[in-house]
Amino acid sequence: MDENLKSELRKQGIVATTLQELYNWGRKNSLWPLNFGLACCAIEMIAASMARYDMARFGAEVFRPSPRQADLMIVAGTVTKKMAPQVVRLYNQMAEPKYVISMGACAISGGPFKQGYNVLKGIDRYIPVDVYIPGCPPRPEALIDALMTLQKMIDRQPLTGPDRPRHLQADAPSEFIVPEFGAHDLDPSQNPEVWQAPLVNISLAGTDDAGND
Amino acid sequence: MSTATEAIRIIPKSPGANDEGQWLEVSMGPQHPSTHGVFRMDVVLDGERIVKLKPVFGYLHRNHEKIAENESYLGSMPYTDRLDYFCSLTNNWAYALAVEKLAGIQVPERAEYIRIITAELTRFQNHACLIGFLTQDMGASGTPLMYAFREREKILDLFESLTGARMMCNYMRFGGCRVDLPAGWIEQARAAVASFPRFLDEFEQLLASNEILMARTQGVGVLSKEFAVNAGVSGPVLRASGVNYDVRKADKYGIYDRFAFKIPLGEHGDTYDRYMVRLLEMRESLKILELALRDIPAGPIVDPKTKIRGFRPKPGEAYAHIEAPKGDLGFYLISDGSSNPYRYRVRPPSLVNLTVLEELCIGHNVADVVVILGSIDIVMGEVDR
Repeated sequence: MDENLKSELRKQGIVATTLQELYNWGRKNSLWPLNFGLACCAIEMIAASMARYDMARFGAEVFRPSPRQADLMIVAGTVTKKMAPQVVRLYNQMAEPKYVISMGACAISGGPFKQGYNVLKGIDRYIPVDVYIPGCPPRPEALIDALMTLQKMIDRQPLTGPDRPRHLQADAPSEFIVPEFGAHDLDPSQNPEVWQAPLVNISLAGTDDAGND
Repeated sequence: MSTATEAIRIIPKSPGANDEGQWLEVSMGPQHPSTHGVFRMDVVLDGERIVKLKPVFGYLHRNHEKIAENESYLGSMPYTDRLDYFCSLTNNWAYALAVEKLAGIQVPERAEYIRIITAELTRFQNHACLIGFLTQDMGASGTPLMYAFREREKILDLFESLTGARMMCNYMRFGGCRVDLPAGWIEQARAAVASFPRFLDEFEQLLASNEILMARTQGVGVLSKEFAVNAGVSGPVLRASGVNYDVRKADKYGIYDRFAFKIPLGEHGDTYDRYMVRLLEMRESLKILELALRDIPAGPIVDPKTKIRGFRPKPGEAYAHIEAPKGDLGFYLISDGSSNPYRYRVRPPSLVNLTVLEELCIGHNVADVVVILGSIDIVMGEVDR
């Protein structure tokens, strides 16, 4: 619809919109996070919902302890190998549409504890992550920024066509493999549908693709 | 081993006797809004009443001790921040104290004052937030916690202008502190401290004689004096049971002997006493803060003789402990003369205090478990390390 016509109609008290805009507007402003803290970052997540930072301004203050009632999982803290199956299970229990914010260095990659034997090197190995927030821990402002980034992302999602979100695609998976403890490590060590080890293209100096000097 | 945990299981009350009724085993956690982190309790219930309680740890085991053995001495300092992530500065202090004891380093007077000021501010915000969480677990959804976090933000502002970080301060160094107080910090801190008594009065008026709070906490989770001492409990949980033990008085680390303050003691050892002891301790912290902010001298903040690069203490061992807000926090270090410790051990107050949980909960209703757990004040980063 023409933007001029829209604003002209608005002056007359008529609001014209598309279904997609209305649908996304409603969705993005009522993200209910899962009340689920793992470690240090959870304290900053609580601080973000308290009086000074007040996440309620963005419609995301209703922390729900049950995954069935939540839309947004904020993975706030270190995911250990003992905890990873539970995190994936909670994600699977959430109803679509669902989103994940990976908060802090630990949830992104293992962070300062990456060298530890019991620390998962990033929750994105098992579940798809929408927004990453770096920091150890990220400030509440950073969490609000991540939330707004997610809101913008939701606002852009088309309801039809090949780019439509996962919950509108009948054949897209909504549950992911829950890892189990294997002989040495979590089994599988990552979900290849979600995450693949980044390939580093190393070429030795003076050698072409065929291996000749 | 399967990761699937049965959430609820029915078990016979006594083996062989089927008609005497059944017990219910319920798994509380690790995702539970009142378990203060990723902590699981396997609770066996007879109706609403608790028969057995098995705590299950390890969901936040981050290999702190093993990593520290492969890090330089100073390299472990940021990791200590993440032990009890509410009180990074007291963790820093305990670790610095252990290394100073190991290497025989003296701390300048100004640094001692800064340490006391930051530690008492940490204690204040920890207790305030704890009471907020405790009341939230009881159903006072929001208000006390909002008030506590409002005051906490004032303290975090002070920490941020001093150390550059809100929570993970990484501020103490062996032989002193990292940076000097910025200009105007003392005045800012004085203003904040002067505003706290009003908050405490409000907080006390709101809660201390609240009928619901009294009904939920008085006589709930009674910890006897003897059992508390035998279990090695420390901190406000121990003092609520009437045992006069505070490392600040008993060990007089730093310059705590220069300050006059009282140790609040409980009488009944129940959840209400644990709450009240913390409330009174916050007032005592303010007394120390007022004196320390008045008397702080000028001077260096770090011993200039301390080596920062290539720091290798002589072979030996040292144990130092302080009164952290959660209790008696100790660090035990063994040096073999190399640049990283041979053995590094943390004595976490949260873990030791948590061992009495089953004793406190048996016989109470399932709704009281979250209140008792909240009053013990645990942080899983410290319990599991």
